Formats: sequence, C-alpha cells, structure tokens
Amino acid sequence: MNEREAILARIREALTLTAGKPGAHGGGPGHHEPAVSPGPGSARQWLPVVGDSFEERIALFRANSAELKTDFYLLNTREELAKLLVELRDIEGWQRIGSHSGSLTQPACETLALPVCRTDGSYDVHELEKCDAGLTECDALIAQTGSVLVTSRSAGGRALSVLPPHHVVLARREQLLPDLPAAFELVKTKYSPNYPSFASLITGPSRTGDIERILVLGAHGPKKLTILCL
Amino acid sequence: MKSFVREFITQSRHVTQELRHRQLIQTALGKYEVKRDEKKAAFQNWPAARQAAAETKWEAINHLDQHLTDFARRLEARGTVVHWASTAETARDIILGIVRDSKARSIIKSKAMTAEEIHLNDALEHAGFEVVESDLGEYIVQLRKEAPYHIVFPAMHLTRGEISELFARELGSAPTESPEELTMIARRALRQKYITADVGITGANFAIAETGMISITENEGNARLTAALPKVMITLLGIEKILPRLEDLALFLPMLATAGAGQALTCYNSLYGGPRQPGESDGPEQYHVVLLDNRRTQLLADPEQRDALHCIRCGACLNVCPIYRNIGGHTYATTYSGPIGSVITPHLRGLQDWKHLSYASSLCGACTETCPVKIDLHHHLLQNRRNSARQKPSRTEKLTFKLAAVVMNRPRLYAIVKKMARLFQPLHKLVKGSRLDPAYAWTQTRDLPTVPDQSFKDWWRTRA
Amino acid sequence: MSAASYYMTITLFIPCFVDMMYPKVGISMVHILERLGHKINYPEELVCCGQPAFNSGYWDESRTVATKVLDRLKDAEAVVIASGSCGAMLKVFYPDLFAQTPQAQNAKNLASKCYEFSDFLANRLGVTDLGARFPAKVTFHDGCHGLRELGNKKPARALLAKVRELELIEMKDAETCCGFGGTFAAKFPMISTAMGEVKCASAFATGAEYIVSNDSSCLMQVQGLLDRQKNPVKTIHLAEILAQS
Repeated sequence: MNEREAILARIREALTLTAGKPGAHGGGPGHHEPAVSPGPGSARQWLPVVGDSFEERIALFRANSAELKTDFYLLNTREELAKLLVELRDIEGWQRIGSHSGSLTQPACETLALPVCRTDGSYDVHELEKCDAGLTECDALIAQTGSVLVTSRSAGGRALSVLPPHHVVLARREQLLPDLPAAFELVKTKYSPNYPSFASLITGPSRTGDIERILVLGAHGPKKLTILCL
Repeated sequence: MKSFVREFITQSRHVTQELRHRQLIQTALGKYEVKRDEKKAAFQNWPAARQAAAETKWEAINHLDQHLTDFARRLEARGTVVHWASTAETARDIILGIVRDSKARSIIKSKAMTAEEIHLNDALEHAGFEVVESDLGEYIVQLRKEAPYHIVFPAMHLTRGEISELFARELGSAPTESPEELTMIARRALRQKYITADVGITGANFAIAETGMISITENEGNARLTAALPKVMITLLGIEKILPRLEDLALFLPMLATAGAGQALTCYNSLYGGPRQPGESDGPEQYHVVLLDNRRTQLLADPEQRDALHCIRCGACLNVCPIYRNIGGHTYATTYSGPIGSVITPHLRGLQDWKHLSYASSLCGACTETCPVKIDLHHHLLQNRRNSARQKPSRTEKLTFKLAAVVMNRPRLYAIVKKMARLFQPLHKLVKGSRLDPAYAWTQTRDLPTVPDQSFKDWWRTRA
Repeated sequence: MSAASYYMTITLFIPCFVDMMYPKVGISMVHILERLGHKINYPEELVCCGQPAFNSGYWDESRTVATKVLDRLKDAEAVVIASGSCGAMLKVFYPDLFAQTPQAQNAKNLASKCYEFSDFLANRLGVTDLGARFPAKVTFHDGCHGLRELGNKKPARALLAKVRELELIEMKDAETCCGFGGTFAAKFPMISTAMGEVKCASAFATGAEYIVSNDSSCLMQVQGLLDRQKNPVKTIHLAEILAQS
C-alpha cells in the first residue's frame, strides 16, 4: 500500500466512529455563550456590516484604508489620475517602474514616461527588484475590509504587486464589491474552472508587529500601498 | 520519560520568578486583547460566526477522506505534485528529495508550524543546505537558534534591545532601539535571499477541497515572495487543514485574523493552486504539496477529541491562557504550546510523556471560551488526565483517592479527620512554610486559613 | 424584600472545605434562604462531590463518592450548592462521569435541579434585593467554574447592586483565573502562585477593601497570598455580604 492509500485507509477507519456535532457536549464549548444556530446562508449575515449604496461602500472602503494606512484616492477623470501619478513620481523620485499591460496601466505608464519593467511575459527579477514602484490593475476592491483582490492574470503575475517598495493599484469604481463573500464569488464566476495559479487579497501595505508588538510598515513587501480608483 | 515533567517544572519555576519576562508577555498580550475585542465587536454576530466555523470544520474533518482526495486531484490537474507522508521522517525525506533533485543550494522558508513539527530545518541543514526563515519573528528566533515562542508571535519574548544586540552580533548592524530600523535591517538582509534562493518552502493555513488551492495568511509579504521567486515551491501542511469550499474563506480569514492577531483581516491572504501556468509571467516551475499525517489520524480516531483537528492555529487560546501568560511558550518544550498544545501533544508524541501538560492547568476554560472554532479544549485536558490514569495510574494517587472516598462516604471517619485537622493546627505553626511542612506546596507562598472551632455541621446540630 | 409566592424545601450541599473552614458561608446561606420563607434540608452525610478525584483522572474513585451524592439527592426538590466549582461538578460533570452507566439518567435529572447559590437566588427565586447593607468598596472575582461551566456572570452582580452602601468596582482581570484549580495548586505551586499574584494585583489596583466571590476555594487562594504579602485587602464570600443587615 502506498502512503496515500495508507493515510486514506487510516482516515476511513477512524471515521467509522462518529463524533458529536460542535456544541453537543453537555457543559460543552461556549457554555458561557447561549447556544446559537448559525442557520443557512452565507457568512454575510455575521460579518461586519456593509452599506447598500455605492456612497456608503466607498465611504467604508475609505475609512478602512485610513486605518490600514493605505493611500486611497477616488478620482473623476483620467486627467486627475495622470496628474496624481506624476505627482507621486516626482515626490518619490521614481526612476523606473514595473507594470503590466492593461487598459489603465498602459496609459499610466505612458504618462509617467519612465523605463518600465514589464511582467506580461518572462522578465528579469533583478530588474523588477530595482523598480521604485509596481503599477498593477486588480480584480476587485472590497469595501468591508479595504482589500484589493489581485490574481496572477489581473495584476501582472505574483511578484509585481509585492517586490517593489510601493504598490500602486489602478482600479475602476465598478470594481468595488461589498464584502468577502462577494470577492470569492467573483473569483469563481470569473475564472472557474480555469483558475489562475495565484490570487491574493491585499489589505494594506506590508506590516509586522514581531518586535514588541509595535507596528512597522514594509516588512518584506511594499512599504506603501496606493489605490487610485477611477 | 520523567525528564519532560521535571524539565517543565524547572522551567516554569524559572519563568514565573522572572517578573520582567512575565510583564513583557502580559503587556504584549494586553495590547492584543484590546484589538481583538474591537474587531470582534465589528462582527454582526460573533457567536453565530463561531458556531458556523465550528460546523464547517466539523464537516471538513468528518469527511476528510473525500475532501483530501478532491483537493489532491484538483491540484494535480494543474500540474502540482502531491505527496503523502505518514510520518515526519517520510515528509523530511520527500522534501530532501525534491531539494536534491532541483540541485538547490539555498532555501527560503516562510513560517510553517508543520515544518517545526518535523524539524525540517535541522534535516535540511544537516544535509548541507542553507535554510533561511523569512518571517521576521522566525528569522529572529532562527538567528538565536531557538524554537518559536508562540505559534503566531515567534519572538514575543524578546525586547528590541535584545534583538538589536542579536542583529549587531549576527549581521554586523549598528545598534538601534527603533523597531522600524530593526525591521529594515532584516528586510535588507533577506531581500537577496529571496532572489537567489532555489527553493521556497511554505506552510498553509487552509486547503480548499473545492478548487484545489492552499491559502496562506501573513502580514509581511515574505510568504508571497517565497511563493513568487524561487523555481521550486514546496508547501508542507497537515491533513487537517481542509476547508470544503472556497467561500468558506469569507468566514475563516476574518475570524483567523480577529482571533489570532486582533486584525480585521491579515495583510496578505493568498491562494496558490499550482506552478506557473501557461500564459503566466512568473511563479515556480515546479509546485509540490506535501500532506502530513504524523499521528493526526490517531487523534481523528478519538471521536471525543476529534474536534482538536478543527484547530486553525490562530493562537487565541495561548493568548488568553493564564498558564501560558505566566510560564511562557518555551516552557512547554513542544511545537504547539498553550492549551491546544497541551491537548494534542499527548496524541502526537505519547500520552505518558506529555500528560503533565494536561495536569498543568487550572481548567479555567478561558481557552474554550475564546476558541473561534469552539474546540472543547479544557474538557479535553480532563479527558487526557482520565485516559492517562486509566492507562497507567499512579499508585499513590489512586490510593489517596480511594482512601478519601472511604472517608468522605463515612460521616464518623470524616468527623475524626476534621477533629485532627483542628488539633494539629497549633503544631502546624511550628513547621509552616518549611520543607517539613506536609502542606509545603501550599504554604511556601501562601498562608492557610485558620480552621474555626465550630464547623458548619456543628452549627447545624446546635439548631436541631 | 420580594418574597417568592411558593415556599420550597431546599437541599443545601455544603462541600468539605466550606463545612470545615468557611462555616460562615453556609450559615449565611441558611439565614438568607430561611428569611425568604423556605425550608432547608441539609444532608449531613454529603461532604464531597468527588471533584478532586475526577479532575485528577480517577473517575472510578470519583464515582464512588458521587454515587452517594446522586442517590441521596435523587428526591430533592432543588439543590443549592455552596460553591460554583462543586456546582459545576454536579451540574455539568456528573452527566459526563456517569455517561454510559446505569446512573446516566439520574445524573441528568440531578443536573436539572442543581443551582449555585447566586444563580438560585437571582434566576430560580427571582430575588435580588435581600435588604442587605455593607458599607464598603468591593471588587468581584468570577470563579471560573461558575463563570464558564455554569454561565453565571450576572446573578452575583445583580445581587451586589442591591446591597446598600456597597460600591462595586470591577477589576480588569475579573474573569482571569485566580490559579487555585484544586490539586493544580499543589501540583504546580509556582504557576498557581504566579496566577494568584496577577489576580491580587488586579484586585488591588481597584482600591477595593474587599474581594468578593461566590467560591470559597478561590478566596482561600487569594486570601492566602494576600496574608503572605501582608496586604490589608480582605476576601469575603457573597453570601456573607448578603446576610448582613
């Protein structure tokens, strides 16, 4: 019998004995709390509240971004977007950027007029490492958590959104989703059964609390996360 | 065999007397508690979310064979090599084999408790490979040649001063008291490691059966880099990590972050479903997933404690445990410390060797109360005690309880014992708190109450 | 004082340490319940619930003691237990201890009529104002068994709220274990002591004169440490406060 069959056989043997459902034990777990039945349906009903209108959701996304130390801008025109990018480039002194092709990233790269390390196909990781910022698009923004959903297909691979010290996300208003259940639903409807090999919910710039539980940004990933939403 | 107990007692005595250490841990966990409560309160219904999470894990674990085969099949369909390992040794051999086949020299690793469990780093280093831990806390304890202090906060026991000294000694950096500067020293030291490493090794927080993906939760981005840059990626995970559906993450990710770190959501929650796919620009050429049993099936075979396999390793039970908070993580001398460690270590490493951890609890139940997947932790400690006493009773204890039962069931005998206690009280003063004191375990640090002349029963009889 | 419209015969379970070392606690309970018009039944031969053996893993030995308790309390109308910890034993752990034995049903029946003292007053009798007066600042320690096994957070506070001239100041770590834990306190004295120190410091920080609880075993631990530290803060059982007038 190979290892796989041996493990599965032990599992099946073990499962011939049935275990009580959670909370079945007399004085059992969470006795302190009243017994609750979660009832049917999605996690939506227990997770933090998200408003119904676009305004409420964008306000929530903004508030979450502030708490996470993400720089979030809601912009009305492509001109505003271009102006902000140029400002960022000049303030931070970008010399080169990483990006991928896309209907928002393409014009942004042209505006910035800097050398670009493109991650559409194979690329040199040393080149990407030297970039001052990584410009990506995304699959969605999530109001409930202030997260950006990226995949290897939507955001130029695995490294572009995590290797350069500043990750700039270009998004559209209609990409704003209310909550986490909606985000996973989107992954399924958009990609199933041909899933990308990588997807990530990015919630704020990279951080650590490993030294005396004190928050430090930019542990290994980007020190800055900027979201520009058109 | 006894040495584990003795070592535990020596260590716990040592740490409880180190007030500074206790203070450091209590302060860190105090901060965590405030954040956790804030994030919990944001949930519309945390108790219902807990119950739902517990039921989801129940479903996953009680149909584990089905979910595991689905998980493996779907991963394989996208070109992942799935390995199965019954024991720690098999898992180490599998990983060593992959590393050798890829002609690797250096390995970058992101945090994985299963790797600690099978002592993977030792095996790799012994075979001549360089392994670098990339999570900041893990990197720090690796430089100190120590085990992680906590399953979520590995370097919680160290002050910035100690870390500064360590970095100065090991990395030649200038001393600094700034956590930010210290973090940047590590960032710089590790950057090149990611780029030059041939193999990346990760753990996993969840394994999604429905889509054949693993889910990794982290704050720093080190796991993302580990999974993005090296040519070969290996994920080692316990077979209990299964979740049935992708949408289960919508509940589990925020619960893990809330319970584990007092965050609404951890910074990066990433899904990996295979090596670099056609049309993708980066990612590993090879992806290996190693599924580890290592006596988890033995725990599965105990329906009474099967729910211990629901554990999502959030560390919440450690954080609230008054024992953990006073003896610290290293005293346990186990991979998994705190209440969950005390429950599962006897199953994973032998009941008689590790039963003392189940006895070293006041059974206060704070762990059970806080567990996001409602594991009946403190009652499992009681069950471990019962199982160990059944399997190998201590003669003195058994005799003591037998005698006590005789006394308690015979009012006249009990009355005599009471009288003796009162009579011996003046004599007790002579030896109180000394080694001659039969109640030394109590009186070395605490006073005993004075036994009054009249017991309740005496008083009751005066009324009759 | 609100009186129950129906007078019961209440069986009082007095555990060994209350009988021997804290008789005032039991006496106070008798006074309070009698003043409310109820009749007290005290089965003198019951002194132990079997918890020490149970918690140590010796379930057979525990059953030897517990069987007697089960038999003797079979016909009781209501059982009031003078300790949250022993209360948890009777109410929560007996059904485990006797599971798959011929006594299983008896254990379940007994569990349904067992009450810890404060729970009995506030929830079973619906009485919170006992006309007590206690001019002092106090802080309340939640015994773990009462709090988490029995789910009793509110009754003690509801009762204290009605005590005249009493000021309750909650401590930060009210729900943190005092470190007693039965045989744990003797098996791992240093851990138990460290836990007790955290408790005492938290209570002391409130500036209260008394630490109140509904479990004498916790109070033995806390008072034992306070005395050793020569700390003037005193411990007192809830029933003793409620019996004052």
